Amino acid sequence: MSESLTFHFDVDGEDFTSAGQASVQVKKNLRRLGISPEIIRQVSIAMYEGEINMVIHAGGGTADVIVSEDKIEIILADKGPGIADVNLAMQEGYSTATDQVRSLGFGAGMGLPNMKRYTDEMIIDSVVGEGTTIRMVVNL
Amino acid sequence: MTVNELCQKCGFSAVVIPDGDREVTGCYTGDLLSWVMGRAKGDDAWITIMSNINILAVATLADVSCIILSEGVTVDGDIIETAKQKEVNILSSSLPSYETAVKVSEQI
Repeated sequence: MSESLTFHFDVDGEDFTSAGQASVQVKKNLRRLGISPEIIRQVSIAMYEGEINMVIHAGGGTADVIVSEDKIEIILADKGPGIADVNLAMQEGYSTATDQVRSLGFGAGMGLPNMKRYTDEMIIDSVVGEGTTIRMVVNL
Repeated sequence: MTVNELCQKCGFSAVVIPDGDREVTGCYTGDLLSWVMGRAKGDDAWITIMSNINILAVATLADVSCIILSEGVTVDGDIIETAKQKEVNILSSSLPSYETAVKVSEQI
């Protein structure tokens, strides 16, 4: 594989129950490309956590996955409220999710830490009132 | 041990088993979905009382071998239908999560 492949998804902010469709599709695509199961697990969990965050906090957004010879990049972009304190948001257990979201088993404050845990590089670019872009890289 | 064998030997009920030959190599118990994705390993049996549709995406992405609903928790028909399509195995146990995990542990 000499050229990179890009998969683009629009993440629907209205539909909580269908969250994860983009991540499941990425998992299938990576499997077809012959990527190892552990790498697929890392990429798809990191992406799913990002997808859920966009649904919970930002009213949806976009997800792009770029597969190249030596790495997989995941770029998640939304026009939500932004993250006021990124360091605080990165702490395990910190969450601003509602009780309704928590009752579904989300909002444990593990989303961003999991994204960092499963990727080799993660950069959060967030402006309050404008939105958030997160770029993650998993090395192959 | 396969999911089919685990279901039979532990006396669990089969809610839907579209991929019963899948191997089970470990077990994880938890209801907070991000904890499960952060801590469960691939091919684990995942014991939970959560029964909403999101458990199917979590099971698929975390690559667990099956979901075991403990405490006699049931799921709606549309979840069973989606599980079939996504090839997610769902078993059910009338026991609490701890006792369900003990039973799994005796077998794997």
